[in-house]
Formats: sequence, structure tokens, C-alpha cells
Amino acid sequence: MSTADLTARVRGSLVLARKWHPAEFVVWVMAAAAFVLFPRQLLLLNEIAILALFALSLDLIVGYAGIVSLGHAAFLGMGAYTAGLIALHVTADPLVGLVIGMAASGLLGLVTSPLVLKGNDLTRLMVTLGIGLLMLELANSLGWLTGGADGLQGIAMGKILGIFEFDLFGKTAYAYSLTVLFLLFVLARRIVHSPFGLSLRAVRDNPLRAASSGVPIPWRLAAVYTLSAAYAGAAGALLAQTTQFVSLDVLDFHRSADVMLVLIIGGAGWLYGGIVGAAVFKLLQDWIAWFTPQYWQFWIGLFLVAFVLGGREILHGGIRALVARVSGRRGGGS
Amino acid sequence: MTSFSAPGRRTVLKGAAGLALSTAFAPALRAQSEPIRIGLILPMTGPFTSTGRQISAAVNLYVQQNGATVAGRPVQVILRDDTGVADVTRRIAQELIVNERVTALAGFGLTPLALATAPLATQARMPMVVMAAATSVIVDRSPFVVRTSQVIAQIASPFATWMAQQGTKRVISIVSDYGPGHDVETSFTAAFREAGGTIDNIRVPLQNPDFSPFLQRVADAKPEALLVFVPSGVGAQFMKQFVERGMDKSGIRLIGTGDVVDDDILNGMGDAALGVVTAHHYSAAHPSPANRAFVEAFRKANNNMRPNFMAIGGYDGMHALYEGLKKTNGQGGEALVNAMKGMAWESPRGPMSIDPQTRDVVQNVYIRRVERVDGELYNVEFHTIPNVRDPSKR
Repeated sequence: MSTADLTARVRGSLVLARKWHPAEFVVWVMAAAAFVLFPRQLLLLNEIAILALFALSLDLIVGYAGIVSLGHAAFLGMGAYTAGLIALHVTADPLVGLVIGMAASGLLGLVTSPLVLKGNDLTRLMVTLGIGLLMLELANSLGWLTGGADGLQGIAMGKILGIFEFDLFGKTAYAYSLTVLFLLFVLARRIVHSPFGLSLRAVRDNPLRAASSGVPIPWRLAAVYTLSAAYAGAAGALLAQTTQFVSLDVLDFHRSADVMLVLIIGGAGWLYGGIVGAAVFKLLQDWIAWFTPQYWQFWIGLFLVAFVLGGREILHGGIRALVARVSGRRGGGS
Repeated sequence: MTSFSAPGRRTVLKGAAGLALSTAFAPALRAQSEPIRIGLILPMTGPFTSTGRQISAAVNLYVQQNGATVAGRPVQVILRDDTGVADVTRRIAQELIVNERVTALAGFGLTPLALATAPLATQARMPMVVMAAATSVIVDRSPFVVRTSQVIAQIASPFATWMAQQGTKRVISIVSDYGPGHDVETSFTAAFREAGGTIDNIRVPLQNPDFSPFLQRVADAKPEALLVFVPSGVGAQFMKQFVERGMDKSGIRLIGTGDVVDDDILNGMGDAALGVVTAHHYSAAHPSPANRAFVEAFRKANNNMRPNFMAIGGYDGMHALYEGLKKTNGQGGEALVNAMKGMAWESPRGPMSIDPQTRDVVQNVYIRRVERVDGELYNVEFHTIPNVRDPSKR
């Protein structure tokens, strides 16, 4: 096999991987259809969309760059507080808050990235955990700004684009969150399939070899960490804007742990992992808490243990089979 | 995506059934048979579980004692867990309003949870009975809020005046650094200074409090009394550290609002708590026939658990809702809020009423001392300050 031949084949497979799979359209059509199909569950769907975006942001660093984090809530909280404060003091326009929230979180990511890039997985876990705790304590002690333990009160959001008002049923909220999720997803999809994204995967799989092939590892990792932080900031901003409330809870450790769980459920290293995981996690939580408000945590715990011990293959195998069936029907068994 | 369809299908079926029902019956008939739903949102898991457990038990007891029918319609209480997290409280409230079409919301274990929900109550014109949260500002945030628990200033302010009248001159306060803590600090301090006393204020973090450095400062300053406010449940931890440092024998009197010697945990504090003087609106030892009956029934229904001030907030909240619904003939909205305004009754805690202007609770404040009664620790009331309103609203 000649080099040219090989290059052509590699390029061909990369182009193929970049192409939209028919099953992907199904996911987004279903997410949009949920708007009409489950008009009574829009608030929950909104939370799922936000959690999915948050998980997507974690997937960018965990799944694609191999950076583990236990403090991702720092960026969620940064985005939420920034968006909340913008709404309180500057402008009620949600899009402005969203963009500035993303920027603020991205900046925090950029500033903290040198800390995270040092050391191995264990150090990274500790450093990210530390940053998360620092942010929580900071927000707690800056009571004059953040409202401390009482939370940021009295946020009133304006209409999106001056047209869509946030309503009691969560129609606008879900449409807004889903749109933001979709746009950022498309962007993330482009990025992970770009040469930049491929170089990240090279770094993840074999840093030594990547470095010797001329990949500037620290810069690449800092870039993706910043990007991931900005995504988490977007999730935080959406949370603040659609619930019109921010409390210290957005920075709490359980947010970081939950999103990790979501990614474990959905699977890291593919962009739909966050979306699938968020849907499963939230629906399960809501469904169990519905009939046993006291003891739902027990059942969630039991499920997670069982899931990690064996159910994961079943879920992922099921999704793969579904994907295969959908594409089989469409593409005639390609 | 299979994961979307599991509860989804259930919802669709429910929706279809609901549609079939609503077309089958005439609207008037439906109004007769459709239950009055009350959405009860409480922290049933997480650090504030005890609040949720007490209130839900009291609500169940009230429904059990007074029947699950009001104005000819069945009453259905829908309990949801918000884990003490404000955005969850808000989402659940929104779901209860939109999906379950509740007539009223109730519960609200902490101030941020109530504050996060108050704008919704206004938007949906939904009566919202606050059964626990106790900062002054809550009733101002929505004209649909009615409170049956307590207002912190209502307790702390007359307590400060009473302490000064007893000849106490120098006090140090330790409060948790959050809304209710600030409320205790400011209202006690203002009233105490007005009565001629001097007071120093210390704030401790709400999360993971370690009291020892702060207690050392108090021990060095040797005030006549130490005023303490920590959230319900943390009191035991405080008391333990207070005794461990030998401060119970140092001549510094421990005083506080009743939250610290909460009936739910008081008995477990042991002799350390003996002699602690507090002010509060409810003690399980309140000597009235109504309270004796309440405590007995509550303990019987709940595995001998002693009702605390959270339980009484829930019990009286249900009373206000039941009596209000009787007056409006099952109608909710503004009518129900108006029906609850000015309502007065004899609660197990003593006489109480809802202020017609502020929709806030008006009640007696009792000064109590921890004593051993029949082998158990109780807050024994020995002085009554009658009909106290929230002093910050005058």
C-alpha cells in the first residue's frame, strides 16, 4: 500500500466520521418533538438540556483530552453568577448575559488551566476539587455581591430577542436551552473533528508520541480547557436565566459529582454521551423521587451501582443497535 | 432515544385519560369531584431532612384528624422533595402549579427556598403557605404568601428587651452567617441596646461550622450571657462544643432562640442543655389541653417522635388552609389568601392569628428554661409575652 493511498484512506475515514449520521438527526428531531409531545414536562426537559450542556462541556476535557475534573461546578457557578449579576445590575437581555457568562467562565478556565495541566490524573482531581471549593467559599464570603447563603434574589429576565417571554410552563425556557445546546453542540462537533480535535485525541492516547509529532501539548490542553469552561459557563447562565435564581448550590461539590455521573452513564468520548446521560439521570431521578420522596436516593444509589457493574454495556449496546438499525433502514446497509 | 419515552408515555396516557374525563363530565360536576390538591414542598433528604420529616408528619396528622374532605371535595396533599436546594424548589413549585393544578403551595423549609418561589406565587396567583422559613422579608416578596411558622425578629426582639429587664448588661452573640442569623443578630442587638445593654456580635460560617475559635473568644471576653443562633439541627453540635470547653461551668449563661434547643433533638443533648434559657413560640411542653392532645397524637402516629416548632408550623399551616378553603368553598387564588387574612384560632402553641395586613403570623412568645420533666428534657415555659407581631413591620 503506497503512502498516498494510505493518506487518502485516512482522509476518507475522517471525512466519513465528520459526516452527520442519520441517527443524530433522530436525536435532535426527538428533542424538538418533546416540546410538543410532553408539554407538561418542559421544566424537566429544560433541566435535562442544561445538564446535557454541562456534561458536554465536561466531555470535551474528559473524553477528548483526558483531563479529569472534580471541580467543574466552578465554571457552572461562574456562568450562573455572572449571568445573574448581569441581569440584576446591567441588562435583562438573556443573550447578553449568556455571552458574558460564557466569557467569564472561559476566562476563569484560561487562568486556572496552568494549574490543571501540571501533574497526573490524581493531582488534577485534587486541583480541580480545590478550585471548586475555593469558588464556593469565595461566593459564600462575598455576600454583598452574591447574596451569600440566601442566593441571588430578584432576577427578572427580559424577553429573548425582545420577542419570547419566559413563561410559567417553561416553553421559552426549554426552547432557549435546547437551541443553545444545539448550537454549541454543532460547534463542539466541528471542533472535535477538526485537526485541533484530532490532536487532542492524540494527546489523550499517547502524550509522548503526540509531543514528538510536534503537537504543542500545553497550548492545546489550555485551549480545550478554556473552551470547556466557557461551555460550562453557558450551562450556568442558562440555569440562572431560566430559573431566575442563583444560589451557592450551583458551586456545590454535588454538581461536579453529578455531572461526572452523567458522563459515566452516557459514556465519555462521544458527544452524545452527555445528552444520553443527562436524560437518563434526570428522568430516573424525577421518576423515583415522584413515588418515594423520602427514600429516592437509595434507589438511585442502587441503580448506579448496578449500572456501573454491568448495565452500562447494555445501555450503550442498545444505543449502538438502535443506531445501526436506523442507519440500516436509511442507507440500505452501508 | 428510548430514555425519553419511559415517563413520557406515562404522561401521555395520563394526559389522554384526563382529556377523556374532562370531556365526559360537565365542568360543574368536575369542580365537585376534582380533589383540592395542596402541593407540599419540603426538604425530605439532605441536611434539612428533620424539617421535612416534622412538617410532613404534622400535615398528615392534621389531615387524618380533620378528614380528607373540605367543602365537599377530597383533599389531596402532594409531597415533593426539594432536597433543600432553591432552584429545585422553584422547579417543583412550577410543576405542581402547571401539571398538578394545585390550589395552594405549602412547606418551604428555608428562607432561600421560599424566596425563590415567591415570584412564581405572584405570577400564578397561587396561595403559598410558609410553614418553616422565618426571615422577615418573605411575606413582602409576594402578596400570596401567608406564614404560620414564626418571624425571627418577633422572637429575638422581645427576648432582648426581657433579658435587659432581668438586669443583664453584657451579651455576646454567635450567629450562623446567613439571612436568619443576621435577622437574629440585628433584631436582638437593636432591642438590647435600646434597653441599655451592650452587645458584641460574632458570625460563624453556615457550612461546616467549627465553633471552637469563636467560643474561645467568648470565654476570654466573659460576658454575662452568650446568645446563639444556628439552624435547626446544628444546635446539638454547638452545645457539645460549649460543654467540651467547660463553658457551662464558667458562669456564662447560654441563651438563644428556641432553634438551638429544638424539641426534636433536645433530649439527646443530655444534661449539658439543662438551664438554657430561650425564647420561642412553641414548646412541646406547652401546658394546654390542645397541646397535650396534639403531642400525644403526634407521638402515637410517628413512632414516639416529639413534635417541634417545625411540626407546629405545618399543623397550623394546614389549619389555615382548611379553614380558608371552607370559607371560599374550595376556591383558591386571591380569595383563599383573603380568607386566611385575619384568621385567629387556638393552636397547640397557644393563641395565634394571621395579620390581615402583612399576612404574617401573630403569636405569643414564651420564655422557657430547659428542665427535666418525667425523665425527659423539655423547654418549660415560665413567662409569656402576648400577641407579638413582627416588630420590623411597624
